Amino acid sequence: MKRVRFWGTRGSLPVALTATDVRAKVANAVRGASGRTFASDDEVNRYLDGLEFHAAATYGGHTSCVELETGSGEYVLCDLGSGVRPFGQAALARHGIGSPQTYHVFLSHLHWDHIMGLPFFMPAYFKGNTVRIYGGHPNLEAALRRQQEKPSFPVEMSIMGAALSFTRLETDVDHQVAGMTVRLLLQRHAGDSYGYRFSSGGRTVVYTTDSEHRLDDPQETARFVELFRDADLVIFDAMYSLADAISVKADWGHSSNIVAVDLCHLAHVRHLCLFHHEPVYDDATIDRVLAETRRYEEISRTGAPLQVSAAYDGMEIDW
Amino acid sequence: MPAAAVGECRVEMSSLRLADVMVVAPVGRVDHATAGPFERALEPSLAPSVSPGALLLDLSRVDYISSVGLRVVMTAAKQLRSRQARIAAAGLQPLVREIFEIARFNHVVELFPTMREALQALSAPALAAFDATAGTGAA
Repeated sequence: MKRVRFWGTRGSLPVALTATDVRAKVANAVRGASGRTFASDDEVNRYLDGLEFHAAATYGGHTSCVELETGSGEYVLCDLGSGVRPFGQAALARHGIGSPQTYHVFLSHLHWDHIMGLPFFMPAYFKGNTVRIYGGHPNLEAALRRQQEKPSFPVEMSIMGAALSFTRLETDVDHQVAGMTVRLLLQRHAGDSYGYRFSSGGRTVVYTTDSEHRLDDPQETARFVELFRDADLVIFDAMYSLADAISVKADWGHSSNIVAVDLCHLAHVRHLCLFHHEPVYDDATIDRVLAETRRYEEISRTGAPLQVSAAYDGMEIDW
Repeated sequence: MPAAAVGECRVEMSSLRLADVMVVAPVGRVDHATAGPFERALEPSLAPSVSPGALLLDLSRVDYISSVGLRVVMTAAKQLRSRQARIAAAGLQPLVREIFEIARFNHVVELFPTMREALQALSAPALAAFDATAGTGAA
C-alpha cells in the first residue's frame, strides 16, 4: 500500500460551492493580502498556505470514492460515488483508450450516493478494460444495472464495453485481491453495509462508512476494534455529532467523530481520517469539526497519539 | 436514599434526593470499562417509582467521560423527557465540559457551574433542601 487518494468525500448527496461561497473566500483572501506584495507564485502559495483550509480551499462535494494505490499495477477503488467520474477521466488521461486497465471496486453498500458515479465512469465503456466489482450484498449486479435502466438513465449497462464482473465476498474471512488481503465486516445500516480491512506490504487501511455504532453492545465494539486493530489508516464515517447520532438521527446509519476517536484509540490505530461529511456542512464547519476532533483525541489519549485529518476531494495520504 | 457505591467498575457513585430532584454524583473515569456499571448504578434513580422532576448529575469528581458514558447520559435524558422531567449537570471539570461541547451534549443536558446554580434553575424546594443540608456532606 503506497498511497490513498480521495476522489469523493461527501455523504449522502453531491454538493457544490455557489458563486456566493467562492466570492466570500476570494474577498476574505484579498482582505488578508491588503498591503502585501507577491514577487512570485511561491510567495502567493506561502500566503495561501498560511490561511485556514476553509479560507483557501474546499473539502469538495463528490460522494464517496477512494482510490488505494497498491503498486500492483491495477486500480483499486472503494465505492462508486460521484467521485469516480473525475477518477475515470484521470485514468483515461493517463493511459488513453488503447491501453487496457483493470479496476477492482469494493462497494460498502448499494445506496445511491455510493453507486451513482458508475454510469459516468468512462473506462467502463471501453472494450479491453476490466471492471471487477466486489461487495457483501447478494444483489450487487441487479442494483447497479437497475440504476441505468429507463427511465432513470438513457444508457443501459449492456452498452458498457469493459469486461464487468460482480463478486459477492463473505464476511469475516480473508480474501486475496489485487495483491491485498481483504476482510469484510457487516455494519449497522439500512439494507446493510460492509466495512473493509485492506492489508498489503505490511500496511493496513480500513474503509468503514455508513456504519452506525450503538455503543451499548460490547461485542459489536469488539468486532470493530478487531477490524481496526493496529491499522495505519482508518477512513471513518463521522457524519454527525455524537448527540445527533444517538438521538434525533439514531437509526439513520451513521456515526460521529467522538466514536471514531474512541474506537481508534482502543484499536491502536495510527491515523484517523474523517469521511462522509454531512452535505449541509460548509468548509468552515468541517474545519471546526476537525479541530474539535483533534482536541478530543488529545483529551482522551492514554497511549500513542492518533493523527486525525478530514478527507477532502483530491487529498492524498502517502506512507 | 442512602449513598451507594459501585466498586466493581472503579466508578463510585452516590445518590441523594432533594425534594423533587434526584442528585447523582459519579466519581472517576466513565469509559468503555466503566460505562456499563455506571448505567446500572443510575437505573434506580430513573425508576418510574422514583419519578423525579429532574435528574441532576454532579460531575465535579468525574475527570473523563467517553462516548459510551455519554450514551448512558443520553439514555437517561430520553427516559426523563418522556416523563416531562429535566436533566442537568453541574460542576463539570473543564476537560469534561469540553467533551460535552464537542459531542454537542450541551444541547442535551442543561449545564451549570455549581450545584446551587443548577438547583436554583431546577426547583425551589430542592434548593431549599440543599441549603438546609449544606455543609453536612450529605450530598
